[in-house]
Amino acid sequence: MKEMKKPAVEQDTNNHESQITGAEALLKCLIEEGVDTIFGYPGGAIMPVYDKLLDYSDSLRHILTRHEQGAAHAAQAYAMVTGRPGVCFATSGPGATNLVTGIANAFLDSVPVVFITAQVTSGLIGTDAFQETDILGISMPVTKWNAQVKKAEDIPDAIARAFYIARSGRPGPVLVDISKDAQFASLSYSYRKCTYIRSYNPVIPLQMRDIESAAVMINHAEKPLILAGHGVILSSAADELRALAEKGAIPVAATLLGLPAFPNKHRLFAGMLGMHGNYAPNVLTNQADLIIAVGMRFDDRVTGNLKKYAPEARIIHIEIDKAEINKNVRVDLEINNDAREVLEALIPLVRQVSREKWIREFRMLDRIEYEKVIRPETEPDEGELRMGEVVKTVSDLTEGDAVIVTDVGQHQMAVARYYGFNEKSTLVTSGGMGTMGFGLPASLGAASGNPGRPVIAFIGDGGFQMTIQELGTIMQYRIPVKILLLNNSFLGMVRQWQERFFNSRYASTEMVNPDFVTLAGAYGITAHRVTRREELHEAIKTMLAAEGPYLLETVISREANILPMVEPGASVSEVTLTYR
Amino acid sequence: MQQEYTISLFTEDHIGILSRITLILTRRQINIESITASESAVSGVQMLTMVVTTTPDMVNKVARQIEKLVDVIKVFVHTNQEIISQEIALYKVTTSGLMSGSMIGDLVRLYHARILEVTPEYIVVEKSGSREEITALLAFLEPCGVLQFVRSGRIAITRQVKELNAYLKEMDAAERTRHEPSEVYN
Ligand SMILES: Cc1ncc(C[n+]2csc(CCOP(=O)(O)OP(=O)(O)O)c2C)c(N)n1
Ligand SMILES: [Mg+2]
Repeated sequence: MKEMKKPAVEQDTNNHESQITGAEALLKCLIEEGVDTIFGYPGGAIMPVYDKLLDYSDSLRHILTRHEQGAAHAAQAYAMVTGRPGVCFATSGPGATNLVTGIANAFLDSVPVVFITAQVTSGLIGTDAFQETDILGISMPVTKWNAQVKKAEDIPDAIARAFYIARSGRPGPVLVDISKDAQFASLSYSYRKCTYIRSYNPVIPLQMRDIESAAVMINHAEKPLILAGHGVILSSAADELRALAEKGAIPVAATLLGLPAFPNKHRLFAGMLGMHGNYAPNVLTNQADLIIAVGMRFDDRVTGNLKKYAPEARIIHIEIDKAEINKNVRVDLEINNDAREVLEALIPLVRQVSREKWIREFRMLDRIEYEKVIRPETEPDEGELRMGEVVKTVSDLTEGDAVIVTDVGQHQMAVARYYGFNEKSTLVTSGGMGTMGFGLPASLGAASGNPGRPVIAFIGDGGFQMTIQELGTIMQYRIPVKILLLNNSFLGMVRQWQERFFNSRYASTEMVNPDFVTLAGAYGITAHRVTRREELHEAIKTMLAAEGPYLLETVISREANILPMVEPGASVSEVTLTYR
Repeated sequence: MQQEYTISLFTEDHIGILSRITLILTRRQINIESITASESAVSGVQMLTMVVTTTPDMVNKVARQIEKLVDVIKVFVHTNQEIISQEIALYKVTTSGLMSGSMIGDLVRLYHARILEVTPEYIVVEKSGSREEITALLAFLEPCGVLQFVRSGRIAITRQVKELNAYLKEMDAAERTRHEPSEVYN
């Protein structure tokens, strides 16, 4: 203990060259894992690590956010656009607790993020020392794995495990809590990547028998429907999904996070599932005789009332996480494996067919939805601006070739519904947790991971103000995100529920907002406000063409609703197209 | 239909694993009726035996969620017919009470209990057996004045399940023939 407290410099002079401090070892481990960017925020307990970061600034870029929650969301978005685990640093106590929302968000959406928190000196752990919190205990329910390190020599192994666990199997966030004395102390450093943990088996052998059964079920089905989730993207199975769908002429419906898994313009694309999803896939879920669920988990926002869900269908569930199978919906065939491997094996066994009649049923319902909801929302001739037309304009101008980030609320559903995702699109949104405030920090994380690609963040006026301080980060690093603020002066989604289910009693949902254009100006971010339809197209073009960060505020209809809607307690087939 | 299940599971001997397991049960409002932690036949592997009452559907869901934990090696769920289980109990009774009548004799003959310590004030009796047997002995001793009573959690040996040793060997063998891990998220 006493020796460990000696400053690092002194130790270095006393030791041989192979000896480095725990703090330096941590950074070397990250470099070994291919990390080049870290999002974080310093403080007392993590100072030894930050000090060493200065020496490694050539290989490790640190982005100082304005709040640890922002760092967590940014790291998650970074992972979602690069396909590599995000890394996030925070100090002990309040730094660590500020991460919790971000950790939980990554957990619910299965995104690999390695969180490094500092902890007070090991001798003080458990004593309620200054800025000590039990982050291990706090983060336990929202991490895939976590561990505390109190000895410098244990750092490399912990980091190796952290990366292996975060990215293998069903990905997820992990947390390593490192005491301050372990950062100062020295060790003789060597690193070996982790490839095996006895109690953890992410690689599951393929059972050909199950694949054959699935093929038989598909070949015998008359009205099959594929439900594609985030897992398709996580396992890079979009090509295989498309091949299977085309060969078997199977319509594909997607969850929110699964939207980019299948080209939205494809004739077999059925639309988004669930509460604010499309009409056809919700109604026809209950007529399908076979459901092939791939990398999705039958969230309640997708299934509506479970008692009346898919009564006609047999269900095949292809899912890497066994605990998700039979959790919400009883399935007839469980295939507990990686989506891509399963689909690859399945495609040759599926018969090439056409199912024109079944596909026509989708088109018929699509037409109804188009007339009643989509056209008025995306091509209105009069009245205030609507979210749908803003999103549609961005979609047309980018042709799907962009990183689309959203916050949470009505605007998120508008993006999901009206942006045309395809193989070139990346969607970064908060699905499982629905975290307001996710959008802005996520957009800067996405842009940091993806230089060159346009990053467009659709954010509501409510959520924007939850993490608005990240404008500072965007300013400091000149991160070229395009912020599309959809300002309805309301917590729109909650207001919609109040209108529908609480007699239009708008309790604490109306907001007096600042002048967002001036505010962005204070951060040196070019900004513009649009209120009129005639200006919209040009304004969006200008935004997309801008070099650096840009904020476009669109002042939209205050009391518009997102429809259709599967209301709470209703079955998916009882989806409501219009109110009143 | 709610029913009693014995969940036995094998974990790495890592700090925090018990918390993670109980979190899963707590979220589902499942009460742990008894829990025993011990070393297993394999060194470094910890064994936990828990008794819970829940539905067949729910016990399978939580078993899968527990098995998903990184440090959990294997989870088995058993109905009472599938296991041989024992609990152990200690009873401290007044010497005067126990010495009256033929109780001492019945204790050994009928209840297969053992006497651990005798003092002028109290006698300590030990009994291992099923929960019912232990409860029956408690009722038997009640009239002579029970000063203290303590019972252990359940320990269980399975009737038909493959030995953990065999599982671990298989896993390690698979590891040796395995090529580089195909990580899903690359
Ligand atoms: C952190 C957090 N708090 C509260 C909510 C509940 N909530 C969901 S949507 C919403 C309104 C969002 O308003 P805004 O950001 O303006 O978006 P809009 O719905 O108006 O498009 C609220 C309060 C949430 N999802 N997250
Ligand atoms: Mg709003």
